[in-house]
Amino acid sequence: MTEISDRIPPPAPSVPPEQIKAIPVRHYGRWVAGVVIIGLLVLIGIAFSNAKINYGVIPDYLFDPGIVTGAWTTLYISVLAMLLGVVLGIVIAVMRLSSNPVTSTVAWVYIWFFRGTPVLVQLLLWYNIALVFPILNLGFYKDEMNQVMTPVLTALLGLGLNEAAYMSEIVRAGIQSVDEGQTEASHALGMTQGKTLRRVVLPQAMRVIIPPTGNEFINMLKTSSLAYAVQLPELIKKATDISSTSLAVVEMYFVACIWYLFLTTIFSIVQYYIERRYARGSSRSLPPTPLQRMRKYLRMFGSFRRPEVAR
Amino acid sequence: MTSLAKDIAPSTGGQPMVKAEAVHKSFGLSHVLKGIDLEVNPREVFCLVGPSGSGKSTFLRCINHLEKINAGRLYVDGRLVGYRQQGDKLYELKEKEVSAQRRDIGMVFQRFNLFPHMTALENVMEAPIQVKRETKAVARERAQQLLDRVGLGDRIGHYPAQLSGGQQQRVAIARALAMQPKLMLFDEPTSALDPELVGEVLDVMRDLAADGMTMIVVTHEMGFAREVGDSLVFMDDGVVVESGHPREVLMNPQHERTKSFLSKVL
Ligand SMILES: Nc1ncnc2c1ncn2[C@@H]1O[C@H](COP(=O)(O)OP(=O)(O)O)[C@@H](O)[C@H]1O
Ligand SMILES: [Mg+2]
Repeated sequence: MTEISDRIPPPAPSVPPEQIKAIPVRHYGRWVAGVVIIGLLVLIGIAFSNAKINYGVIPDYLFDPGIVTGAWTTLYISVLAMLLGVVLGIVIAVMRLSSNPVTSTVAWVYIWFFRGTPVLVQLLLWYNIALVFPILNLGFYKDEMNQVMTPVLTALLGLGLNEAAYMSEIVRAGIQSVDEGQTEASHALGMTQGKTLRRVVLPQAMRVIIPPTGNEFINMLKTSSLAYAVQLPELIKKATDISSTSLAVVEMYFVACIWYLFLTTIFSIVQYYIERRYARGSSRSLPPTPLQRMRKYLRMFGSFRRPEVAR
Repeated sequence: MTSLAKDIAPSTGGQPMVKAEAVHKSFGLSHVLKGIDLEVNPREVFCLVGPSGSGKSTFLRCINHLEKINAGRLYVDGRLVGYRQQGDKLYELKEKEVSAQRRDIGMVFQRFNLFPHMTALENVMEAPIQVKRETKAVARERAQQLLDRVGLGDRIGHYPAQLSGGQQQRVAIARALAMQPKLMLFDEPTSALDPELVGEVLDVMRDLAADGMTMIVVTHEMGFAREVGDSLVFMDDGVVVESGHPREVLMNPQHERTKSFLSKVL
């Protein structure tokens, strides 16, 4: 057996506490990949610029009043349909998780139908709903169905009810992600089921719900273009209308794409801030927003310069 | 120093705070509680010990009706838990009525179960505002006092993730106390804590006991049971094996099962 004293290591040479200055690893692969990608982009760019596309008209139509109102319609129908989808989706998710077999079956059938059929067909069904119910009679309100079902309402119902089916699955996953101990603690404090859901479960479920909901919304911005089939004057319908008179067909689709990209970019930024808000309490500190980061850099820059000023 | 629980609601009479008569509970085919009889008197610290899986948590959860019992009777402060008896018929209470019963019973969990999206202060204010309809100002003042009492007056703005286990459990105790309960249930409140944090939670519980709170404590801290407990029940496999004064049972156990359990935890 070795003596214990044998195993005591000699005192380590003391390292001076100075900053390490090492030569970083070179990433040659990144440079090669970068050059290849730039080359490909140039080739694609040349191909597009040689195509028979009149790029000059794109700026002329970008702020055409028709296009702008079309983009506005796309935006508000998407927001409204999404709101309907989220609210109804929460209701259906709660029904689906209910212990009452009737409610959970109703929710299951709803999801089964609305997820299982194409949105375009659902839109066209609402468009033709007068074939089934020629007269709308709500007791206090009675009118011909064709008068009631404006393109906006048709698109809202078609897109919103379809979205609710998808949202309910997202919300259900969110609710189920919340630890059961949370519900128990809330019940033990005397909070009812409804209060527990609203105050304790849903706010925590949001962290799981929001990222896919952002995706759903961005999808909705684009899916809403299907509403042109029910005569909704949204972006694609407006672009098509203009292209049929101006003969600038592809150019008008480019214009529409620029608007879609603009809208989706804006909402990606909004989503970032919403996600951040609901991350409260899940980590010890929130990461800074890009704006805060920028301010910090500016401040650092300022503090580097200040000593010079003082001198 | 002001007391932790200065407004403990007075018990409605001379009856026990908790009374269990032949309480049975099954989950499917597994029979977890096999006829529990016991009484907990007001202002008593009642310790419940026993091996894991013996049904201690299940029994606590029955007391505030987080679980429904299958047979027997369970009374808190003279009222049947979860049911109303008329003649010889039992009627299930509605959700609102069950919630109202739970208000008077505070519960502290092994894993704290604080609301992670709320600060310490918001955790403590939540139930008084939502359940008792207290105003924000009133709830805030009480919450601040309670957090001061448990030694966290300087941590009110922290989220649970920013607190140590011991601090979280103390917030959880303050949260339960904010409803001014007449009975507190503790389910292994220190079992999830690092050893050096156990003491701070036990200190708070000791203060609470000194203030006269009725407490049922499931614990493996035999030192606490001996020092603070007024009575102790040893449970195994869904039955009460032995009960008595903590010192009696811990120093001089009568049953083999008690002896073998105590030899493992002491
Ligand atoms: N919700 C449940 N469903 C099925 N079995 C359960 C449930 N809760 C507890 N049990 C079972 O009941 C028994 C007692 O559990 P528990 O009361 O947690 O014991 P203890 O707290 O004494 O460790 C265990 O065998 C456990 O598996
Ligand atoms: Mg347990």
